[in-house]
Amino acid sequence: MVDRIAEIWGTRTPYPKDGAWPVRVDQALDATVTEGDVDQWVQSACVLCSNGCACDIAVKDGAMVGIRGRAGDLVNHGRLGPKGLFASWQGISGKDRLKRPLIRENGRLVECDWDTAMDRITQQSRQLLEERGPLSHGFYTSGQLFLEEYYALAVLGKAGIGTPHMDGNTRLCTATAAAALKESFGADGQPGTYADIDSCDAIFLYGHNMAETQTVLWSRVLDRLAGPDRPNLVCVDPRDTEVARCADVHLAVRPGTNLALMNALVHEVLANRWFDEEYVKAHTLGLDELKATVGPWTAEAAAGVCDVSAADIREAARIFGTSPRVLSTVLQGFYQSAQATAASCQVNNLHLLRGLLGRPGCGILQMNGQPTAQNNRECGADGDLPGFRNWENPEHIAELARLWDVDPLTIPHWAPPTHAMQIFRYAEQGSIEFLWISATNPAVSMPDLPRIRDVLAKPGLFLVVQDLYLTETAQVADVVLPAAGWGEKTGTFTNVNRTVHLSDKAVEPPGEARSDLDIFLDYARRMGFTTLQGEPLLPWSGPEDAFEAWKACSRGRPCDYTGISYDRLRGGSGIQWPCNEENPDGRERLYGDGLFPTDPDYCESYGHDLLTGATVGSDSFRAQAPGGRAILKAADYHPPHEEPDGRYPFRYTTGRTAYHFHTRTKTGRSRVLTSAAPTAWVEISPDDAGRLGILEGDLVRVKSRRGRIEVPVRVSDIRNGTVFAPFHYGYWDQDGAPGEHPTAANELTLTEWDPVSKQPVFKNAAVSVEKIGDAVGPSPAPTTTASRPAAAAGPRSVLPTAGGKDAEDTEQIGGSPPRFPEAVRRGRQRGTP
Amino acid sequence: MNLKIYLGMLNKAERTLSESFRQVAEGHAAEPDVHCLCHTLATQCEEHCRLLLPVVQRYGEDRSDNEPERLHAEGLSATRQGPVGLLRDLQDLYILASLVDVTWAMVKQAGSALRDRELLDVVSHCAAETAVQLRWLQTRMKQAAPQALVAAH
Repeated sequence: MVDRIAEIWGTRTPYPKDGAWPVRVDQALDATVTEGDVDQWVQSACVLCSNGCACDIAVKDGAMVGIRGRAGDLVNHGRLGPKGLFASWQGISGKDRLKRPLIRENGRLVECDWDTAMDRITQQSRQLLEERGPLSHGFYTSGQLFLEEYYALAVLGKAGIGTPHMDGNTRLCTATAAAALKESFGADGQPGTYADIDSCDAIFLYGHNMAETQTVLWSRVLDRLAGPDRPNLVCVDPRDTEVARCADVHLAVRPGTNLALMNALVHEVLANRWFDEEYVKAHTLGLDELKATVGPWTAEAAAGVCDVSAADIREAARIFGTSPRVLSTVLQGFYQSAQATAASCQVNNLHLLRGLLGRPGCGILQMNGQPTAQNNRECGADGDLPGFRNWENPEHIAELARLWDVDPLTIPHWAPPTHAMQIFRYAEQGSIEFLWISATNPAVSMPDLPRIRDVLAKPGLFLVVQDLYLTETAQVADVVLPAAGWGEKTGTFTNVNRTVHLSDKAVEPPGEARSDLDIFLDYARRMGFTTLQGEPLLPWSGPEDAFEAWKACSRGRPCDYTGISYDRLRGGSGIQWPCNEENPDGRERLYGDGLFPTDPDYCESYGHDLLTGATVGSDSFRAQAPGGRAILKAADYHPPHEEPDGRYPFRYTTGRTAYHFHTRTKTGRSRVLTSAAPTAWVEISPDDAGRLGILEGDLVRVKSRRGRIEVPVRVSDIRNGTVFAPFHYGYWDQDGAPGEHPTAANELTLTEWDPVSKQPVFKNAAVSVEKIGDAVGPSPAPTTTASRPAAAAGPRSVLPTAGGKDAEDTEQIGGSPPRFPEAVRRGRQRGTP
Repeated sequence: MNLKIYLGMLNKAERTLSESFRQVAEGHAAEPDVHCLCHTLATQCEEHCRLLLPVVQRYGEDRSDNEPERLHAEGLSATRQGPVGLLRDLQDLYILASLVDVTWAMVKQAGSALRDRELLDVVSHCAAETAVQLRWLQTRMKQAAPQALVAAH
């Protein structure tokens, strides 16, 4: 038995380079249940981060009572992290689940039946479509739904209504991953795979606190680090994360300066001739422009801007330039910071320069934040078109029109699909009057919350919210629809490394709650959306129909699902797309042949200027004659738009803790997770605390030009001049409103986004800090993570974070590790799926 | 040599564009991308004037311009409001940037005839940035136009 609150990553199972990661099956059951009591184990995968750990749900008397990792899955080899062990099943079993629809009557939300709620929605929808047209409608969805649900939403929005205003909170978490892949390689699609950890000589984590955001993936890294031939580790992060503590080089850059650092790393690799001239010549475009851009960015120049040592930059570049096999991973520290796409493209460029792609140990993982973000990108319920099609390519639009049997003019393609921040701007201005939000909570997760609350509460805006609980966002809705959650419905989803998993229905949803797919199909039916032939646009009766329809949409595209079926996903490992005739068991890595999807007729995007986001356009892109070569894109560094000054002297950055996911809708309902990180805090360095006369646990007010939070201080080993706040802590478990001491990190963040990916900047703002009250005890921040108290924190001691009896799981170590492709279930007719 | 007339026109056009970018940045501060990028691009225009200095020192600058000004491009004196106002202001910037663009093209022609490598280097850097400015304006306007012209109240 292991306390998985105290031991986030569980027991070490070291292994050597090119060895197989040992199996360790993690299992947690309700305290009142033993293994023998379990009626049934139902196959699924975890939805509490983007890693996609395969699992089985324990069911007893029609209720979920526990979870166990699947030993035979290529993703996790049996392991689960604390969020998966506890919040996955406990998080949706809250007594306060929504069980009936609600509609607003005389200012109050009151229960009603489904017909009443759906009539209210369709009546409003019809009237607006008639009077104001499709541009009056906006849809803001999630990274939490299933593939089938996104595809249904995409078809009803793009072909039924015909609105360009569709996006997801994936815009906040993964838009830059997609944008960087499109800019460099011509289309979305993760080049690497998790198994690259097994074979690499060096791992670079760029703004990626993997130890807390993907705890099982980090276990794999820890097991290599504990093995006989440890890879070198380089970490770029302003905080003293667990990753930083394990690193050979920790570059604790000033928030907002990533691109200066990246330009210097590329400069060093070029200057030392660590690049593969032949590969670059044969497989890339743009070396001269890249050289010109990074020319001025010596290690010294970047050291000044980033406030790290030039020697450390050189050492990091040397590790990158001289290690035979390098794996890079990138996440929010880059994606949610200034010049996000440009900085992330430089990671791709480093790999292209050395030809480190598509071979074991040589990979890029442009990470996702959420479990099903990838599917939103694939299916086009966000700012993309289904199947990674290109909105600027008329033939791609015609393909979709033929597939759906609709007029091509119905499908909005005159501009890129509207990004989330712009959707909210149109709602603010009143030209979007119908906004349907599914499975996300913008009232806590979006930047500049005082503004977002005003937009959501706008009298002229008809707001539909579909969720598990009455979130902060649902509280201001006109109609609230109770949705079925994980384990209460069937569907598929795809993780960071393109692995598709099936999640089967284990139990009935509570009350009258319905799956998101059923809700979207019901809306489409009631609205009477039809094809040119007069048939129903969405004729599907369940998820498997939707999956089969999606397979047809994906045929021939980079994300080809045609060789996958529900049947193949049951029993074996998840399968990595593309899975088709050419790749009957799926494909571990992309681009081993140096052939990239930049053919102008095939690519997902013609690209953008990285400084402004100006589109390159079809003619200019074709004139470059990319012909399957990758593009070395670059931009010069520009300082962040809001920098510290006399009034707001600190740099503010936001992030996550290992024990919570997003706005705690699920993790906040697991007692052990909530005990580990019960309430909000901010982190400042010992030097800054000393100067301001602040001690551990003191109550402080942190202010920006947008708003304020008032929370206790953790004195941690964060870099000087920087303040960190976790973004999980909204108000649903208080009284729904900010109250006297606001706690949501996004009260302070600014409304600004990357010009290419349109991902908001959550990791740079200027703030002030002042003490407003003495400590009543240490701050509630965990001690097991990046928020660990600094050694020089001062006199107040902090008890170590632990979970006790309820936080114990069992670990079963041993057995034969799964391998590709043997772990994948064969298709019925292998080779002709 | 009449090149000095065009150098004067170019300097003036870049300055006008720069001031107009700043005007739009402030007037439409509620559109964060417009606000931030217009300031960035205004700085770019100022940098273009700075890069032109050595060239101007060599050939002189005639601000009087012997040819009477028939088409006036005075820049934006104030910004408009609302979605259509944004579109109109961006369109004005587009016209001002087009003037800069074509003037760079003519200066490049003169530089080629003069075999002035230094001048051609300045043109190649600045004209490329002006071209991106135009592309950005068009990208942003195409995004804004349907909502402004069809859906906005």
